[in-house]
Amino acid sequence: MNGTIARLVVGRLAVGVITLLIVSLVVFLLTSLLPGDAVQEMLGQEATPEAVAALRAQLGLDQPVYLRYLHWLGGLLSGSPGVSMVNGMPVDQLIASRLPNTLSLAAITALVSVPVALTIGIVSAMYRGSKFDRYSNMLTVFAVSVPEFLIATIAVLIFAVKLGWLSALSRSVEVHSFGELVRVYAMPVLTLCCVLIAQMARMTRAAVIDQLSSPYVEMAVLKGARPIRVVLRHALPNAIGPIANAVALSLSYLLGGVVIVESIFNYPGIATLIVNGVITRDMPLVQACVMLFCLGFLMLVLLADLCAILSNPRLRK
Amino acid sequence: MTDNKKIPGTQLISGEQSQRIFEGLNRGMSRRDALFMLGLAGIAAAGAGSLFGPGGQLLAAGTASEGSVKGKRGGRIKVASATSSTADTLDPAKGSNYTDYCRHNMFYNGLTSLDEQLAPSMALAESFDTSDAMTWNIKLRKDVVFHDGKPMTSADVVYSLTRHKLPQVGSKALSTAQQFEEVKASGPHEVQIRLVSPNADLPAILGTTHFLILRDGTSDFAIANGTGPFTCAEFQPGVRSIAKRNENYWKAGLPYLDEIEFFSIPDESARISALLAGDVDLINPVSPRSVSRLKSDSNVNLMESLTGGYTNLVMRDELGPVQNPDFVLAMKYLLDRKQINRVAFRGYGAIANDQPIAASNRYFAADIPQRDFDPDKAKFHLKKSGMTGRALPLVASEAATGSQDIAQLLQLSGQQIGLKLDIKRVPADGYWSNHWMKHPLGFGSVNARPTADLMFSLFFQSTATMNESGWNNPRFDELLLAARGETDAAKRKQMYAEMQMLVHEHCGVGIPQFSSSLDGHNAKLKGLRPHPLGGLMGYMFAEHVWLDA
Repeated sequence: MNGTIARLVVGRLAVGVITLLIVSLVVFLLTSLLPGDAVQEMLGQEATPEAVAALRAQLGLDQPVYLRYLHWLGGLLSGSPGVSMVNGMPVDQLIASRLPNTLSLAAITALVSVPVALTIGIVSAMYRGSKFDRYSNMLTVFAVSVPEFLIATIAVLIFAVKLGWLSALSRSVEVHSFGELVRVYAMPVLTLCCVLIAQMARMTRAAVIDQLSSPYVEMAVLKGARPIRVVLRHALPNAIGPIANAVALSLSYLLGGVVIVESIFNYPGIATLIVNGVITRDMPLVQACVMLFCLGFLMLVLLADLCAILSNPRLRK
Repeated sequence: MTDNKKIPGTQLISGEQSQRIFEGLNRGMSRRDALFMLGLAGIAAAGAGSLFGPGGQLLAAGTASEGSVKGKRGGRIKVASATSSTADTLDPAKGSNYTDYCRHNMFYNGLTSLDEQLAPSMALAESFDTSDAMTWNIKLRKDVVFHDGKPMTSADVVYSLTRHKLPQVGSKALSTAQQFEEVKASGPHEVQIRLVSPNADLPAILGTTHFLILRDGTSDFAIANGTGPFTCAEFQPGVRSIAKRNENYWKAGLPYLDEIEFFSIPDESARISALLAGDVDLINPVSPRSVSRLKSDSNVNLMESLTGGYTNLVMRDELGPVQNPDFVLAMKYLLDRKQINRVAFRGYGAIANDQPIAASNRYFAADIPQRDFDPDKAKFHLKKSGMTGRALPLVASEAATGSQDIAQLLQLSGQQIGLKLDIKRVPADGYWSNHWMKHPLGFGSVNARPTADLMFSLFFQSTATMNESGWNNPRFDELLLAARGETDAAKRKQMYAEMQMLVHEHCGVGIPQFSSSLDGHNAKLKGLRPHPLGGLMGYMFAEHVWLDA
């Protein structure tokens, strides 16, 4: 079994590296198709031909695309993702200043949302057709359909403006105590949870229900097992695969897709960094961020697959 | 302050007076009342002028208004702007938006600063002397030290001004700096600037943020080392800056505040919520749509700054059908300025007259008759141009504030006179490089510039890269150069008046209104005043505001 997993991990990592390469190439090509480059964005209305040429030469933008790509790739392999074209700071430093914020927001959101979502999903699957199931179904559809910015804005209006309980802005730098942690993270986490819990709960419910309708569960029921045992002991282990995948997909969104939450709560994370990068055409920054998202995504999916394999002996062959 | 008699310029009508008149006009004051007020103002100004004798003394104006209110010391505030990215910089030469400008004014000083009539008042310089507007001798203050303790000398000024011409600096003021033939130290506290051609506006130009003074040799901008009212305690591009009071500031008693945290909240509604929740003390901009939210709360106030910036209709001269002067006139008569002001800007801003000099400017020509919405005249000119019944694309974008509303209003009025305008909405991203000035009919958006000369030479001179309409008027170009070197203020005003008239009559640019910038602030924050350069007190709030705890 260990051999299988090791082989799988190695194989996956190899595929991951190739995926990263392809993604980097595609992103590089796509971003070079964007109108304007960093120099034009920087100089704006002062972009005289001489000034543009001089700055391009300085930043290496006068080279053809493939040379720039190889140069960037070489830098990445030797451990340096380059220097921001816009402010001259090393890209890794820029990312390092934001990554902890993104990770802590993601971690707290995951800690809150995953248990809640799994509980809702399993309970509503166990009592399919009950009032709880119907209401939780309705609520989750509602939560998935309402856009984040609306939830965030309404939360700010109620909790910060009207009631004054929470701060309208989130600043990870100011956290010293648990009370402050709640004050800072309550609203962004609440907003993100609305979307994530709904998605994960629905996937969990579907996966568990799928198992509950299979013959072996019927067998367990006939054998006289209590419902809770049927679900937790018999059905759930078989449902872990799809659930882990749903969780992984949802969580990967927390790594780079939370632009709206970051900008509404003024939370300095990675998502705004990449948006900045695209707007200013800061290619090294965009590339590094995309690589990071891609890597995070691959790791999460790999973990989900490992979970599925470990929980399901049939996949371990 | 008093020994610089050679500074040209006079104020027949002060900016404040004309602004009052202009606001009056907006409120529905009749033209006759306005003319009466203008007449009175003229007489008053003539009287005031005589106090200084011939030659006009202008530069004292800035300090008079500063001393009137004395603020309280202490306190810290949080300020939120709307734009911020990793491109935020502490290099004044690279400053590209008002977030940068505000930050630079916290940490640095210029040789001059622009007062509320956009006239230069002395800052790090003690005096500017010239006889021909070509060679300028500048005396510097001797009591100024940088944040790191080094006293300011002429070497710092020479370094700060000459670096703009180096292409690798990437200065936003490169084209302006091309005017400097030579900048050299003529003594430890004296600098001589020789220009390529005469420019009587040099003191005003050097009051803009790009020309703020750095320490000699500065090339690392991770932290700011200037002479300004605040020292830079923290700076993270795209995140925030923290400014702490400079205890050794050369202006006695300033600044008032201990600390300013400055960052941006791009989302409009989040910005307003943060102000209402008391998490920030000052925000800019407030869109006119959100004004009612602020007015419902007595703890926050709103301040309108009438600026010289505008969103304008651009009719490119060399691009096909719109090169016809009658078509241009038809479009200008088709701009329903009052409705544009009401619909697109919710009544904020001031009606403009198809020329770029705002009423607050000392060179504003008040005697050009206001062009009003006139479908009959528009129809007449359209017919004359032979364009009746033709369909034309009109490109609008969110990037040019209000242009989509203006385009719709134009489309509606166009239907009345048999002109079909197809509105093409294009995304804001990349608008300035891909669409601006590239279509026969489109929109531009221009921020207030500190001098009439800059406004004209950047956007209307035939050779300017940003000559939006591709206008080529030899008389205008000739006047522009003559006025730039003219040291006699009255003659200069006359030339600028004629240039305003030329633009108003002939140029393919329709300017429906000058825009306002709205600041929202905590009612405890005092000392904030409107400034024609823009919101946040013309980006200079840091030094002037104080907390009334």
